[in-house]
Amino acid sequence: MERSVKRPRGKARNTLREMRANYVAYLFIAPFMICFAIFVLGPVVSATLLAFTSYDSVQAPQFIGFGNFVKMLTQDVVLMKYVIPNTIVFAVVVGPIGYTLQFLLAWLITQVPRHAKKGYIMAIYTPSIAGGVLISVVWAVFFSSDRLGYLNDLLLNLGFIQTAQAWTQDKAYLLLIMILVTLWGSMGVGFLSLFAGMQNVDRQLYEAGKIDGVNSSLKELFYITIPSMKPQMLFSAVMAIVGALKAGSIGVQLSGKNPTPDYAGQLIQTHIEDYGFARFELGYATALSFALMLAIFILTRICFRFLGTKEDE
Amino acid sequence: MAEKKRRRITVRYALHRLRHIKASTVVILLLLTIVAAVSILPIIYIISNAFKPLSELFLYPPRLFVRSPTLQNFYEFFYSTDVSAIPLSRYIFNSLFVMIVTVAMTLIFSSACAYAFSKMRFPGRKWMFDMIIIALMFTPEAVVITRYLIVSNLHMINTYFAHILPHLALPIGVFLMKQFIDQVPDSLCEAAKIDGANEVRILLNIIIPTVLPAVGAVMIIAFQNVWSDITTSTFYMVDESMKTLPYFVSTLSNALAVASVARKGAVAAAGLLLFLPNFLIFAMLQKSMIETMVTSGIK
Repeated sequence: MERSVKRPRGKARNTLREMRANYVAYLFIAPFMICFAIFVLGPVVSATLLAFTSYDSVQAPQFIGFGNFVKMLTQDVVLMKYVIPNTIVFAVVVGPIGYTLQFLLAWLITQVPRHAKKGYIMAIYTPSIAGGVLISVVWAVFFSSDRLGYLNDLLLNLGFIQTAQAWTQDKAYLLLIMILVTLWGSMGVGFLSLFAGMQNVDRQLYEAGKIDGVNSSLKELFYITIPSMKPQMLFSAVMAIVGALKAGSIGVQLSGKNPTPDYAGQLIQTHIEDYGFARFELGYATALSFALMLAIFILTRICFRFLGTKEDE
Repeated sequence: MAEKKRRRITVRYALHRLRHIKASTVVILLLLTIVAAVSILPIIYIISNAFKPLSELFLYPPRLFVRSPTLQNFYEFFYSTDVSAIPLSRYIFNSLFVMIVTVAMTLIFSSACAYAFSKMRFPGRKWMFDMIIIALMFTPEAVVITRYLIVSNLHMINTYFAHILPHLALPIGVFLMKQFIDQVPDSLCEAAKIDGANEVRILLNIIIPTVLPAVGAVMIIAFQNVWSDITTSTFYMVDESMKTLPYFVSTLSNALAVASVARKGAVAAAGLLLFLPNFLIFAMLQKSMIETMVTSGIK
């Protein structure tokens, strides 16, 4: 049936006829695709369009060409001085390091006896479902500024500090704390996918590998496991990139302020919300969104390059 | 009796196995146990805090485990809405209603869509599914502004539609389901078709029962997506009576972030109540989730 689509003569009419013959398929995909069009495609397309306008939500958008992007590069001091450096540091640590951590933990879990696996997965996955509310409750208290905070208590007792520190209000520590807390909660769907992929590698490959001289677990990992689970690695890489770049609220949750103290925890996402909902510069805010989506898209494409399966494989 | 005996044998077998465990495995176990402990500690903390009486909450030095557990914090939480106009039951109702409808509709929408993508041939099938794969990297956070504009232009502000519909556009649900349905042999569907079953029948009677793990996984993801979400309440609801439970809890805890400990116990109790369903659902469906993630790979 697929072949008939490619027939050159009367292609359009053929396609129409085939669409009519398969109308049931469209009925099946319609409910999802309509929601998808309205709430995924719609926002992306309109953000792309609004990015080239000046818009304050009261008057109609005015087309200003690349004005917003010029402003981004030349006038937005906070963006250049704090937001971009913060976002890069945050994303580099949470993305690649978080991903490596996920991979290592998943691999370690595959090495333990079967009965223990479930417990470890549960324990390591659980933080990712804790949700924003719980994160701010738990960690705000852990890093609490008075001596009742666990970190303060611990460090006071050990003699590292003399007085209680306001960790989440301190520009020297806020970003670090955000990174740690995000890493803690990042072992989600991507981590499960890596684990499942590893579990599922064909046993026979290892047997065959032994004959060919793949004799240590490390060699097995590089020569057999990783090549066999590229698709899962790609999936979780996409999840890791998105997770690292979309974060924003965490700094606000931990410090209780937007903007965060001295902009120390300001990420691109917080910046977008600041411009969109506090200053109502919607054109500029969507230009920032557009830049963020572009960054995510380019990074994921790079991962597809490395981990994607070629057509003939 | 037989159950007990079998368990005894398993235990003896496990002990027997234990003697043959390699040194490297012991190191790995140790390492993993440390990581697992660090992961789970904050959760234990919140559980413990939820049951602490006031005297223990302000105890110095702070103690991780509760000594004399009490339900005081839960009462405190339930009465915390007394001063506001909206009763707590309203938030709970909103949350439950939105969650149930969203999860049910996500399951229906994504299984129907995934079935069509997997088993039917129609023009546009390839590029539409490619689009869904690209959309895996979509994050609602990035386009929070234009999403708001769309919801507001559709006049959905302050309605349940704004709570539910945005959550239904869940590309990962369709993606996981489709990957799993791909494994069901086409011949099974064709045989049913010859027997005179229509597509809806095939989906309900053949596909769904064979892809139950994927149904479980999508259920977990849809649930997590909606249950602790506060963005729809924050951005799309103006009327306080339309907001959900996590939003209410977050307003309680916002004060807490700025170092005040006034409602520490009540917030811990509320946090626990919010978290528990999440945890239980994953604990029950962990196996389906892992089974589904095997097919999660992007080729």
